[in-house]
Amino acid sequence: MAEIELRGVTKRFGKMIAVNAIDLDVEAGEVMCLLGPSGCGKTTTLRMIAGLEWASTGDITIAGRRVNELRPAERDIAMVFQFYALYPSLTVAENLAYPLHVEKPTREQIEMRVQRIAKLLELEHVLDRLPGRLAEGEKQRVAVGRAVIRDPTCFLFDEPLSRLDIVLRQEMRGQIKTLLSGLKRASVIVTHDQIEALTIGDRIAVMRDGVIEQVATPHDIFASPANIFVAGFIGTPQMNLIEGTRRENIGARLTIDALDQHIGLPIDGTARALPAIGERLTIGIRPRAFEPVNDAGPDAISGTIDVIEPMGAETLLHLNIGLHDLRVVLPRGGGFRPGAPLHARPLEGQVLVFGADGRRLPL
Amino acid sequence: MRFRRKREIGRAGLRRSLVATIISLIYFFPVLWIILTAFKTHNDALAVPPIFFFEPTLENFVNVFSRAYTKTSEAVDTGFALFFFNSIFTAGTSVVLALIIGTVAAYGFSRFPLKGNDTYMFIILTTRMLPPIIVIIPIFLMFRVTGFSGTYHGLILLYAAFNLPFTIWMMKSFFDELPRDIEDAARMDGSSEWRVFFRVCLPQVKAGIAATAVFGLILTWNEFLFSLLLSGVNTRTVPVAMAQTIGGDIGVRWGLLAAIETLFLIPVVLVTFLLQNQFLRGVTFGTIKR
Repeated sequence: MAEIELRGVTKRFGKMIAVNAIDLDVEAGEVMCLLGPSGCGKTTTLRMIAGLEWASTGDITIAGRRVNELRPAERDIAMVFQFYALYPSLTVAENLAYPLHVEKPTREQIEMRVQRIAKLLELEHVLDRLPGRLAEGEKQRVAVGRAVIRDPTCFLFDEPLSRLDIVLRQEMRGQIKTLLSGLKRASVIVTHDQIEALTIGDRIAVMRDGVIEQVATPHDIFASPANIFVAGFIGTPQMNLIEGTRRENIGARLTIDALDQHIGLPIDGTARALPAIGERLTIGIRPRAFEPVNDAGPDAISGTIDVIEPMGAETLLHLNIGLHDLRVVLPRGGGFRPGAPLHARPLEGQVLVFGADGRRLPL
Repeated sequence: MRFRRKREIGRAGLRRSLVATIISLIYFFPVLWIILTAFKTHNDALAVPPIFFFEPTLENFVNVFSRAYTKTSEAVDTGFALFFFNSIFTAGTSVVLALIIGTVAAYGFSRFPLKGNDTYMFIILTTRMLPPIIVIIPIFLMFRVTGFSGTYHGLILLYAAFNLPFTIWMMKSFFDELPRDIEDAARMDGSSEWRVFFRVCLPQVKAGIAATAVFGLILTWNEFLFSLLLSGVNTRTVPVAMAQTIGGDIGVRWGLLAAIETLFLIPVVLVTFLLQNQFLRGVTFGTIKR
């Protein structure tokens, strides 16, 4: 049985449905990232698990106990808030010690545990300060420390790193990952940053419009997205999603009419999951899944280089094909110039096909 | 950048502070005149044009508390010690009472809004829209029927009721400003709703409570009309007693009145200065972006 279980959980605000009948399991010791654009219902889901919002319908179970009607305090959960939510009138030490009041420990016990957390999170030098006098990174660590000082069943994080600058964010990402793997508790992290989700999460639940689109490991989310939304949402630069019509195979290859070209794809055209000839489909190719070729053969997509974005080790090329912008990432130093033609061949095994309903076809 | 700003403040500072000083002197002059008069003899107080250098005397202050009512009689207790106690007691208690009820009510209105919350808030405000003199007759009759006339609890309840709407409105705006996350965090950390209120919310609105208390105290401290009609001989407050001191066998005793007023000023000044830091933060609350 999973540590946190959501079954058909829905949240309505008046007529608006923020979360629509979602199911989610988070195993003990697992880090689940809720990822999605703003307004997709991920924070509402988190707040329902926390008990800060009531679920309109559905069941929420934590450690085998249905918690729908329980107050947050009774659910044995710790949460880290986006804006840290430190108690402004209490010092760092008092902030860290605050959750302990439930257990009614002795002074020595409190001091010992605060010291342990302070040491773990490098907060020893700021213990006597008020939160208003802390740097952003320190506030963040106090917020995390306050969550982990108790030993709750599970941890919730609401956009934990969104307020940090980029250097701190990378540093904290590693620290949180280490911390969470040491705690071995079910954790749910809400984020809109896919890098954060991909690096920290054991599994990722991608949400859109109150619905979970896919739950999978970071690798599977990236390699086999369930539908066009997930495919386009995960990965930078964004995956190329090319709409086209199926035509007769060239050789045994799946071939489509798209971008005013016949494109022969490195996919077995005899697969049974494929739609009939003349049907609409969408193919997805990541910008890094191309190799440049010399000729505009039937297995390559041809276009004119429009914009060149050097990204360090690689170069992002925008190919102008009619109205479509094809993103191709190639190793640095190919002598690319704007206006020059480029023929890019999709790599074997790296082309995804989506049916007319947006779902990925199992090929 | 910082350097430039500093210089600008410095340059404008001299002219502005000169203007500010002059304006404050003009505003403060009547108060100064009262305080000076309190230390003058009867003749000095009546001198035209007023004199500013004189031999100060404490005679007036002594007279406040005990004096002879006619030239031949012995000096007797004027009761002013009691009146001062009455003023302090009724104002203090009623403001504390209004703060206790009002703060809890404001928290409720802010955090657990009812259907038609704004309507309730408006109704509370309307009780302060009528000029008090309009309700004086019904209240006077109610006080007579209930036997509240001339009692401490009558006056205190009345003043608390007067302060309450204003306290609720002020405190609600302070609570509205607080970030909800912090309360949610406390709930997650195992706090009951009461603990959230006392340990997390209240400390954050200390400045607001101070500001509300000062406003309420000044309002109640100066109240005259209701005290005149509803206080008894033993519960009379200073403003009423002061009015009754005007007149007498040698005309208006300006020195005496000035001495009462000077004493009357002290608690207000004291409270305002004691709470100054909190108070300033309170009245500028929300105007400064955090």
